[in-house]
Amino acid sequence: MPLIWLLAAILALALVGYVLGRVRAKAQAKGDIRDLHSLPVYYGTNAALATMVPALLLIVVWLLVQPLIINGQVLSMIPESAIPEGGSLGLVMSDVRRVADGLDIAVEQGAMTVEQAASIRTEFTDVRERLGAVGVALGSNVEPEVLLAAQRYRVLSATGNLMMTIAALLLAVGGFLLALRMTHRDFRARNVVERAVLMLLIGAASIAILTTIGILFSLIFNTVEFFRLYPAAEFFFGSTWAPSFSGRGGGSELGVLPLLWGTLYISIVALAVAVPIGLFAAIYLSEYAPPVVRSVAKPLIEVLAGIPTIVYGLFALLTVGPLLVEVFGEGGFLGVGWMQGGTAVMTAGLVMGIMLIPFVSSLSDDIINAVPQAMRDGSLGLGATPSETIRQVVLPAALPGIVGAILLAASRAIGETMIVVLGAGAAARLSLNPFEAMTTVTAKIVSQLTGDSDFASPEALVAFALGITLFVITLGLNVLALYIVRKYREQYE
Amino acid sequence: MTKEIKIEARAVQVFYGSTHAIKDVDVDIEDKTVTAFIGPSGCGKSTFLRCLNRMNDTIDVARVEGSIKLDSEDIYDPKVDPVQLRAKVGMVFQKPNPFPKSIYDNVAYGPRIHGLSRNKAELDQIVEKALRGAALWDEVKDRLDTPGTGLSGGQQQRLCIARAVATEPEVLLMDEPCSALDPIATGQVEDLIDELKANYSVVIVTHSMQQAARVSQRTAFFHLGNLVEFGDTGQIFTNPKDPRTESYITGRIG
Repeated sequence: MPLIWLLAAILALALVGYVLGRVRAKAQAKGDIRDLHSLPVYYGTNAALATMVPALLLIVVWLLVQPLIINGQVLSMIPESAIPEGGSLGLVMSDVRRVADGLDIAVEQGAMTVEQAASIRTEFTDVRERLGAVGVALGSNVEPEVLLAAQRYRVLSATGNLMMTIAALLLAVGGFLLALRMTHRDFRARNVVERAVLMLLIGAASIAILTTIGILFSLIFNTVEFFRLYPAAEFFFGSTWAPSFSGRGGGSELGVLPLLWGTLYISIVALAVAVPIGLFAAIYLSEYAPPVVRSVAKPLIEVLAGIPTIVYGLFALLTVGPLLVEVFGEGGFLGVGWMQGGTAVMTAGLVMGIMLIPFVSSLSDDIINAVPQAMRDGSLGLGATPSETIRQVVLPAALPGIVGAILLAASRAIGETMIVVLGAGAAARLSLNPFEAMTTVTAKIVSQLTGDSDFASPEALVAFALGITLFVITLGLNVLALYIVRKYREQYE
Repeated sequence: MTKEIKIEARAVQVFYGSTHAIKDVDVDIEDKTVTAFIGPSGCGKSTFLRCLNRMNDTIDVARVEGSIKLDSEDIYDPKVDPVQLRAKVGMVFQKPNPFPKSIYDNVAYGPRIHGLSRNKAELDQIVEKALRGAALWDEVKDRLDTPGTGLSGGQQQRLCIARAVATEPEVLLMDEPCSALDPIATGQVEDLIDELKANYSVVIVTHSMQQAARVSQRTAFFHLGNLVEFGDTGQIFTNPKDPRTESYITGRIG
């Protein structure tokens, strides 16, 4: 039975369980549902859950475990001799699976009978041609061992699936009957359903956390792999970034310092733009702007946050860069000739700063608004002007939150990629001139992984080391921001 | 004994949007006197108090009509700077609202922004005098640099009074200054108000009629936005002229 029908059957049974559970509970109550511990709907839900949840869990676990067991069994059938020169057992196994899938498809399309699929031998049939006819392309001729293994694989899978279907259905029926038996006047169905809801919520929360941990581990494993191929000291303290793309690796210099410097420099320029503008905008909006202006201007500023970063990148490349060259470039407006091309730290920094304005302003605005009106009244009541009140009372009270907002903006700036790729150029260099092209960690991760270099070479694996470096930096910033915000939040009631 | 009139309010109307909160109120606040505003909740006494130093300006929908004169100068005249006015007419709020600064900086806040001191020593003196005036000096003199928010509720309110006094206002407005305080702290603040009247004109809004009777010389009774009765405290509490006043102070309405 295909999986979808099995699932449909279980769901249908759960639905029946829901209806019957309700009916049974109502029958127990003899018309007065106040006699029941819970509302009838809870008895129904309980029956549906008891039918569905164990069976579905079994299916999930089974689907995860079955391939492992079958692989183990089939693996022993493949002799050393079947492994081609330079290949590996894994490659043969994937061939086995392909042939097995191909046989399945052939049977499904009627090109073979079930018996044929189970009994064909390479000695008598050209399996590759037969499978090719039904649209399954195989790379090489099928070895007899592989075909046998594939047939064995099919048999085991079929038995496994049959057993799973039976077990899941039995479990579903069992849960169904048990739940109906338990449906009694005093049974606390409501509490059981509440527990199920709790489990669902815990599950959702743990998926979020486990994914983070999973991402972290995949980064760590690949980074460890990288450091096996490339010395860590040279990565962290090397001042040259010059990966070779000769393919075989070697001769690459993968020092992270120029990238970190570029990241830092561009972020600083971005924050130098975003923090004053964002903060002043927030102060105007929260303290001075009449409600009409505020109701229009705040959403307008927040629109900036909705612009895709690639659009900002285009803006940097096509508008800001050329504009800056006209001012600071050779023969430009100022006649200083600091800038050679449109892509520079300044270009990317300015545009990124514009992107960050809504972050800073929106968060700061909320924080400034959260300062109690009593503080402002107290200050104004002493004869302070609005600006004195803001400088001496409101901003100090809001400062921790504002620092938190700035740190969040900073971690966003450090992680930004598209604007840098388009606005800052690709040259990794250590320089103080903000009008020179530089590049950042994120931009280099992209360029290291989008080439056609071998995934096991240090040139590709370095991306993971860069990723984890970045992750640690932004994580540190976020933790610091949360710590600051939390530490000072309680102080002003 | 008639004292000089400090604030003269005539035909004052206040609107919050379309709500008519204060209807045609005439009040004279005398100098060096404690004037109490009493009345049930929502009767407009706090609103009227906030008119006296133009704190209602901070509320967008509030609109004030009529004339309020401080030393015969209309405070709603466009020439008058509300900031300067508030330096002359200080305010203490219902809930203690010390700034998130040290005790010293809280008290020094007003003197600093108005440039009342020439040097640090003078500022120290002003702070000490204000804290002594608010009967708080002995409790906090050893920890002037600790946050004002760390004090107890009663101490916080006295700190706010010290803060208002340090600016050397001519009139001190108090909006239910004791509503968040326990009886002991209330007693201390009341003693303080009694002392303050030697130098200032004090206007206090209160829900407690005993408090009004204890601390004030003049009492105004507000009801539903109207000034029902205004007179000497003794007369209001012993021999009210208006039946509504009598009902309120004997506890029949409120």
